[in-house]
Amino acid sequence: MVKLFNNESIEKIREALKKWEKETLPLSLQRFPERMERFTTLSNIEVKRIYTPADLADHDYFEKLGLPGEYPFTRGIHATMYRGRLWTMRMFSGYGGPEETNKRLKFLIKHGETGLSLAFDYPTLVGIDSDDPMASGEVGICGVAVDTLKDMEIIFDGINLGEVTTNMTINPPAPVLLSMYVAVAEKQGVPYDRVGGTTQNDPLKEFIAQKSYVFPPEPAVKIAMDVVEWSVKNLPKWNPISISGYHIREAGSDAVQELAFTLADGIAYVRHLVERGMDVDEFAPRLSFFFDSHINFFEEIAKFRAARRMWAKIMKEWFGAKKPRSWWLRFHTQTAGVSLTAQQPWNNIVRTTIEALAAVLGGTQSLHTNALDEPFRVPSELAAKIALRTQQIIAYETGVADTVDPLAGSYYVEWLTDEIEERAWRYIERIERMGGMIEAVKKGYPQREITETSYRFQREVEEGKRFIVGVNIFVDEVEDEIRNVPLLEIDQEEIEARQKERLRKIRESRNKAKVERALAELRRAAERGENIMPYVLTAVKAYATLGEIMGTLKEVYGEWVEPPLI
Amino acid sequence: MQSSKPREAYLNSLIERAVGGDRAALGKLLTVLERPSRDSGIVLRTLVKKSGRAHVVGVTGIPGSGKSTLISKLISVYRSWGLRVGVLAVDPTSPLSRGALMADRLRMQRHATDPNVFIRSIASKGFRGGLSLAALAMIEALDAAGYDKIIVETVGVGQAEVDIMHAAHTIVVVTMPGAGDDIQALKAGVMEIGDIYVVNKSDKPEADQLLEFINFALETGEIGSGEKWRPLVVKTSAIMGTGVEELAKVIEKHLEHLVRTGRFEEKVESRRLMLARLFALRIVEEKVEKIIEAHKREVSRILGESDDPYTVLEALIEKGLREL
Amino acid sequence: MSNYKVLVSKLGLDGHDRGAKVVARALKDAGFDVIYTGIRQTPEQVVEAAIQEDVDVIGVSILSGAHIHHVSRLMKLLRERGLNVPVVVGGTIPIPDVPRLKQMGVREVFLPGSSLKEIINVVRRLAEEKRRAEQQA
Repeated sequence: MVKLFNNESIEKIREALKKWEKETLPLSLQRFPERMERFTTLSNIEVKRIYTPADLADHDYFEKLGLPGEYPFTRGIHATMYRGRLWTMRMFSGYGGPEETNKRLKFLIKHGETGLSLAFDYPTLVGIDSDDPMASGEVGICGVAVDTLKDMEIIFDGINLGEVTTNMTINPPAPVLLSMYVAVAEKQGVPYDRVGGTTQNDPLKEFIAQKSYVFPPEPAVKIAMDVVEWSVKNLPKWNPISISGYHIREAGSDAVQELAFTLADGIAYVRHLVERGMDVDEFAPRLSFFFDSHINFFEEIAKFRAARRMWAKIMKEWFGAKKPRSWWLRFHTQTAGVSLTAQQPWNNIVRTTIEALAAVLGGTQSLHTNALDEPFRVPSELAAKIALRTQQIIAYETGVADTVDPLAGSYYVEWLTDEIEERAWRYIERIERMGGMIEAVKKGYPQREITETSYRFQREVEEGKRFIVGVNIFVDEVEDEIRNVPLLEIDQEEIEARQKERLRKIRESRNKAKVERALAELRRAAERGENIMPYVLTAVKAYATLGEIMGTLKEVYGEWVEPPLI
Repeated sequence: MQSSKPREAYLNSLIERAVGGDRAALGKLLTVLERPSRDSGIVLRTLVKKSGRAHVVGVTGIPGSGKSTLISKLISVYRSWGLRVGVLAVDPTSPLSRGALMADRLRMQRHATDPNVFIRSIASKGFRGGLSLAALAMIEALDAAGYDKIIVETVGVGQAEVDIMHAAHTIVVVTMPGAGDDIQALKAGVMEIGDIYVVNKSDKPEADQLLEFINFALETGEIGSGEKWRPLVVKTSAIMGTGVEELAKVIEKHLEHLVRTGRFEEKVESRRLMLARLFALRIVEEKVEKIIEAHKREVSRILGESDDPYTVLEALIEKGLREL
Repeated sequence: MSNYKVLVSKLGLDGHDRGAKVVARALKDAGFDVIYTGIRQTPEQVVEAAIQEDVDVIGVSILSGAHIHHVSRLMKLLRERGLNVPVVVGGTIPIPDVPRLKQMGVREVFLPGSSLKEIINVVRRLAEEKRRAEQQA
């Protein structure tokens, strides 16, 4: 055991503290009464007036921290961290039809970007076609519309999939979109071992937070893990899953819940894959994570550090993973969309800066910074550029990336890291007692916890217990002009009509018998419990639509309607 | 009373429109029936002449047993049979909160736009005159409006909900594995008076155990409606829709039994008796409250100062009633 | 008099239900009877639910950007059905769209950062107006 401080020092500090509380503190309190009776983080953790080595009296350096690149990775998964390579500045954006997206991707590539990111519209996200009555008015709004392989062919027309990597924010329909991507690569003659990118493919957080669910929890996890298994065996460069706390946080959880629920989701996936008979070290290095970075600065940093430590322990001790890479928690971060305000939107630049800084000090592998106008709309070009520049300033001007884990050893940060870890374990324990996250989700447990937390937070804002500049403190009588900047208009109706027309043509011209056969085989494979990926790939290549493939799977697996919990 | 004439005309037109298929009118009619009043009396007078045909199916079970999802699937089966379905969803609400938050409808919203389905949520509290009076009156309205099946959903807790269940022709008790799966749970309140028992979420491993349990309890007579009907047990998985068609058929079997034995009409009659009884009780209650309000100070002293509080209170009320 | 009744609904395909749920809870605590329909609702479903539940106010939340499309359909349906229920909209709405929504007949638009107190007050006022108009009719 290597304690940070010896007992003798701790004793001396404790004595000094007592003396300080008796002599120095009262005078100060008299002259400067404290601003609040209780100071708390966003997770409602009470923050003490001062932290000293006494708060880390039993802290074992190697158990809690170690060195970067070594277990338990609290200080980072790489030995040199950003001294070697900066985090990836990955900006997620996009809307319109496949043609517009293709143009935009080519523009990005021309400007040196190789890490592409695809956002899909809502009909695609929930697995329905553009001509479905439910899709009306939503086609092409929040991302690109994809109905068939044809759309994917258009999106990547003239782009060599062997030379770029693509991040696809897609969940229940992940097998279909990944199949389309792979089918395009095949047509381009790109071998599987050069196809790189990510599918979000994290169904549990859909039930908890994002609500783009389709299937009930068990089949949803089964299907997602089909994607993982198939990718591990066929696409060595693909990250098949991004286990996401971001949406959980945005839906109103606090930092502890975000951390605990995300890791509990991860545990459920690992357990499923192990039960499937896979070797944990075969797939663990392929798992990645996605967190939120909120405005309570130190709490976020502590959260990221605790996350690494906890996951390393889970993989090593619970699941017996042997490869150090299996112990890594690699993660992407996005700054908190919910922390932005419609009032005085310029201030959002500052919020995002602070949140981005927390992500960097927390050791993220990649980062998306939000644009200041996001409370209203998809970002304008200027706003998106400022967001990217924010990251670049942090990276190139501030010097915060020049040493590894610079906040290690801060009495407060270490104490808070421990505290968050402790509280997150308690949540995980509760979820495990329920039978794991799948059962907890069916009971609505995390959903209810989030609803409670978000309601509590909103009330605290209303009651003036928490401050949001421009909202409940320093409010402007007259709002700034920027709020009135007109929207970058997209002709949604035109895009929808175009998608429907293309879909109609494809339905007419494709080999119908081939489509039917592929869907029938997919259904049988699903009923037998086989990995559906090869069958989805066949159906996609026959130009079966997203809605047809998802519809076939719905018939086998059923559809989820959330428990009526508010 | 002159002024009551136009009001009555309005109510009659509301009924006419509601019975004629105007859903907005039916929605408003149900609101009138939410509380006992002269208006609701007038409405009921007309409604009962048109009602008495519908088969009222009470579906009860603890929160989380999957009732709402099951009902949603049951509606689909009835619709495929060409039947019109009305639903009254009694949503459990904390008696402590002022308002109510009702979300049972969420599970059935896919039927919202079907012109032959009508779903109405009822908060389990907040009704002057009581929940059961409101629900029973609404049954008459949906019945008169021509709905063939009226499904009444409750958690089956409390006297009001027990009353509502007694007003149903057929009581379906929904259970699920793992929810305190012992006989005590089944013996709580309306759980023991089912005509049909459903083991929902039957894909769970403990489902067969629960099934055995219920069958055993039925054999020993610990549960069951006590009529000349041996309750049946059905396994369902509402989320997958399995077993729901069978459940619908079993409910039909019970309906046939009721019709054959003459119990169907008897139940309609007893339902109306209960409705009138609750109505009367409410009238009395309102009057008594008025009397007490008028003699507040006197009443507050009775317990402490009177030798025979019961007789004094009785006399006070009787006198008050004469004066009203 | 019975509680005012409000329908809270998520119109369209987006699943961001945090705001809708918080508002539903706050309205309940303020003494309203709230019917919550959940996510992925069509304008038709919202109108039908409002009819069947005979609500005093309809509140819809949209964060997908499809608000103009959905709300114009919603308002059109309400007119067609002769329904006089006030509608309020909340969500990520670009400022220039606010007058457009109001032109369609939406009574109030709540942007991110709106206070619960403000929402409750507006909903109460609209419900009172509606009941009063009904009494007179």
